[in-house]
Formats: sequence, structure tokens, C-alpha cells
Amino acid sequence: MPATASPSIEQLESIARTLRTHALRAIAAANSGHPGGSLSAAEIVTALYFGGVLHHDPKNPEWPDRDRFILSKGHGVPILYAALAERGYFPVEEVMTLRQVNSRMQGHPVQGMTPGIEASTGSLGQGLSIGIGHAIAGRLNGKHFRTYVVLGDGECQEGQVWEAAMCAGNYELDTLCAIIDYNRYQLDGAVEDIQSLEPMRDKFAAFKWNVLETDGHDVQAVLEALQAAQEHRGRPTCIIAHTVKGKGVSFMEHNNEFHGKAPTSEQLQVALAQLHGSQESGVRAQGVSG
Amino acid sequence: MTTLSTVPYTLKIGRATREAYGDALLELGRKNRDVVAIDADLAKSTFSWTFGKHFPERFFNIGIQEANMVGIASGLASSGKIPFISSFAAFALCKGFDQLRMGAAYPHLNVKVAGSHGGISIGEDGVSQQSVEDVALACALPGFIVCIPADEVSMTAAVHAAAAHQGPVYLRLGRPKAAVVHEAPLDFAFGRAITVREGDALTIVANGLLVAQALVAADRLADRGIHARVLDMHTVKPIDAEALARASRETGAFVVAEEHLHYGGLGSVVAATLARTTPAPIEFVDLGDRYAESGKPDDLLRKYGMTADAIISAAESVLRRR
Repeated sequence: MPATASPSIEQLESIARTLRTHALRAIAAANSGHPGGSLSAAEIVTALYFGGVLHHDPKNPEWPDRDRFILSKGHGVPILYAALAERGYFPVEEVMTLRQVNSRMQGHPVQGMTPGIEASTGSLGQGLSIGIGHAIAGRLNGKHFRTYVVLGDGECQEGQVWEAAMCAGNYELDTLCAIIDYNRYQLDGAVEDIQSLEPMRDKFAAFKWNVLETDGHDVQAVLEALQAAQEHRGRPTCIIAHTVKGKGVSFMEHNNEFHGKAPTSEQLQVALAQLHGSQESGVRAQGVSG
Repeated sequence: MTTLSTVPYTLKIGRATREAYGDALLELGRKNRDVVAIDADLAKSTFSWTFGKHFPERFFNIGIQEANMVGIASGLASSGKIPFISSFAAFALCKGFDQLRMGAAYPHLNVKVAGSHGGISIGEDGVSQQSVEDVALACALPGFIVCIPADEVSMTAAVHAAAAHQGPVYLRLGRPKAAVVHEAPLDFAFGRAITVREGDALTIVANGLLVAQALVAADRLADRGIHARVLDMHTVKPIDAEALARASRETGAFVVAEEHLHYGGLGSVVAATLARTTPAPIEFVDLGDRYAESGKPDDLLRKYGMTADAIISAAESVLRRR
């Protein structure tokens, strides 16, 4: 199934707000989850799922020719559940059962349980390796699907990320694209204070990757980077997407208190009001096809 | 290099199970284009190179990256391939454990793990390379089949069974040449013990190299009129509970022999199984709760008590308890 026609940038921005709304409402309902890293990835996920980038079929999640999407930073999964629901993999109402017993909306992604989830993640550092496996399988089978892996910046402190980076670079896996949600915080504080990743660009370049940097909240810019990645031959592409943890909600932005803490119901109301205006809160995105 | 001096004169020394693994993988590769092999810079030791040199496009020596190797296998399996990944057992399981947990066991993917140089019989390289906890680790991965073939015949069968099985499999391979305890063609299935010696006085349950030692012990016990049954319990998980229950009813006492730590291996699984079905006295022949050291394989197996002699002592003890 080909990617659907791209909505306008304004529509995409609206979709990103809707995904944020779903994610926050689900996290608040669960009274558990990771708002900060969900919100920072909203435009990345929106660009991939709604910007005409991913070739996929919600009615046939196992379609062999589909593009693969792996959320290696599994704790950000509420934003992915929101996107998958809006894409029709399951009802939006189901997202609101996040983290409840008997729900498919597990606290971290679970392959084989939730339609559209390609890998079980949550133990950080593993998604890029899994992406390599898909990319190699595609090469062996003569398929042209692409594999996208979203990593957290803190996650890149894991050694396995660099095993995978070395391997993908040497194997010239140009169907593989890593996107780093570089929101500058990890659980215990600022990445720069805990274990700096800099110079990140140089690191991936040294591992033989095509490296792009973008504002991770500018959907147009993210789409352009993804397009450039798609056109690049001979090297995998790493998109360093500079983001803000908690983006879109004033009291969550740059506030690491909301790394892994749910908003109270009062905080949720304020957040929803900020995202959509009170009269619009919780309304499904308009004009989204597929 | 190994147990030539201590196997029964009636058994011939065959290929190491790692060599049989490589040969079987090659055969498998000829039959099935979806079989892919990955190694982490030990391909000439694990014999995955036997496959690799024939199918370079389907063989990936990814370097010394066990965690990455397991993750790649997870992706390959998710996209329909049948990845066989190999390294030393100590590295595949210990360094790749979280990846096996998240990327193979939890999503129940078709990942086949070959851990070579299992046990202490790798010998001279010493403790860092000796895998004495791999069976416990593999058994701790839900849905994994855990299999420790004794010889080239059963290893060949196990490789084909692993490919035919839908789901994750752990195979332990051994470094030394192994006595041939089975005849080809072997009627082999995961989870079904093979009776290699009939007897009614007690049952020796063993796997890997210890099956040959169990046969030596059974010969010597038979000389004294004690007829031990010997079960090749190649599959630790799922265990053949029925064969154990039958042996318990018919022989009433057990010795479990394996090249592994005491906790979490074949002995633990046999004891837990019998406790629930048909309790009987059991003695254990294993490494205990410790590491070994460098040395010749035979010297180590003797020093650390995993020989026919140790099985005979254990048999005497358990018969006193019956």
C-alpha cells in the first residue's frame, strides 16, 4: 500500500497536537508513564506516520513490503500508540487503557501483541540492532522497504548502540535510518551532566553514517531530512532531531520532573487547554486519511 | 584431545558436536534459502564457517558484538529469516542475555542460538571461556527449547529439528571430540529422552559429554550386577517428564550428570519434575557452586568430578538412600 497523500504542514502540526493529547490523556488515566519523552517525539512520529513517509497498511500490519518502524526508546510509546490508533491499527479508545491489566497498550512496546509494533523495546539500546536485521533481510530478499529506528539521546549511552552503528555503517545499509530524539534529558537529569554524547554528529559520521541535523519540532524540516535520508545511497542516515523534552506543555518543557511521572487531572486539563484550546481538547484530528 | 582414555572401548570417537553443527548447518543451508548464519568472530571455532564459506551472502561475521548479533537475529527473524547465531556459549548467553530476553524470548521469535565450547571441557582457556551457567540462563528464557546434544548424530538431528521448530532454540555445542553414543538415523525430537541403556536398578540422566561417561559408569556397575538405565536427556526444556516418571517407577533412584553448575541446570529441572510426579532419591554429578580453572579437559573433568567414577560414587550413594 503506497503512502497516502501528505496533509499540509498545518494539518500535520494539528495531528501532532492530537497525538500529544492522546498520549497525555492515556498517561494521566494510567497515572503512570513517560510524558516528557513522548511529547518530544511527537513531530518525528507525525512526520513518519502522517507525512507520507512510511509505507504501511494498518489493515495488514505484517505486509512483507512495509517500511519498518522501531521505537527503540520504548518508554515514549504513548505517542506511538496515539499515531497507530489515528492510523487505524486499533481504536483511539484503546489507547486510553494504557498500562492497565488485560490491555494491549503495554507500558513499553511489545511485538506480537499490539498491531503495528515491530519490536519489543524498553530495555534501552537494542532497537538499532533489530533494525539492522530487518534491513539485511530486505537486502537478501531483494525488497526495497526502509527501516526507521527512533532512539533517545540518553539511550545512546548504551554500548550496543555503537556496536550497531559500527555494523550498519560498515554494511552500508542505506535503507536504514536512525532518528535521535535529542531532548537533552534522561531520567536522572541532563544528559550533558551525566554522560555527554558530544560530539554526536562526529561520532555517527566516524561510524560511516550520513548525518543530518534538524529541529525535531519543525515538521517540515523533519520531512525534508527524512526525504534526504531516503535519497542518500551507500550509507545509513542518522537524523539528529533537536527536541525539547515535554514539548507543547509549558510546565513540562525542560522540566525533567515529567520524565516518568503522570500529570494530575488538574495538570492534564491545563495541558490539554494549552495544546488545543479547551473547546478542542481531545478532538480527533481532522482530514487524516488512512 | 579429550576423553579417549575414559570412554567405553565399545564407543568410537566422533566429531566434536561443534563440527557436526557446522556440517548440519551447511546441509540446512542447501535446503532452505531462509537460513542465515551470524557469528561474532568465532566462526572457525564454532564451525559456522562451514556454512559461511559456502554461502557468503547469507553469512555475517559481525565481529565481536554479541549483543548486536542477537538484536540483528531478532530483526532477521521478524522479517521471515531463520537466523542461526553462534559464539562461545559463555558469550552468547552472558553477553547477549538481555537481547535474547527482549528480542527472542518475549516476542517468541524464530532465533536459533548455538553456544559452543559449553562446559569446562574447553579446557586450557580457563574460566572466562568456560560456560557453566548457559543452561540455567537459557532455561530462564520463556519459550526457549534448551538442548545439549551428546554426539555428532544427535547434534545433526538437533540442528534440523531447530530449523523445523517455530520459535527460539538454544543448542549447546562442545569443543572436544565426542564419543558416538547414537546410531544414525536417529529418531530424535526435542523433549523426548533417548534411552541409551536399559536397566532397572537406577537411572542415570545425562546430557552432552556426560552421556558417554554415564555409559562407562553403567558398564562398570553392570560388572557388579547393578543394571543402570541411561537416559540421554538432550533437551532440558521442555524436559521429558514422562520418561522421568517411568524411570522413577521402574528404577526408583536417579543420578543426574551434566557439565554445568549445580543450580539451574539439568539436575534442578529433573528434581523439580520428579518432585511433582514421582519423587525418588537423586544424586547430582555437576560442577557444584564454583568455577573451574585452566587445564586439559580430562584433567578438569576429573578434578571437578564430572566423570564415570563420579557417577559410580553417586550411584552408590543414591542406592543406599533408596
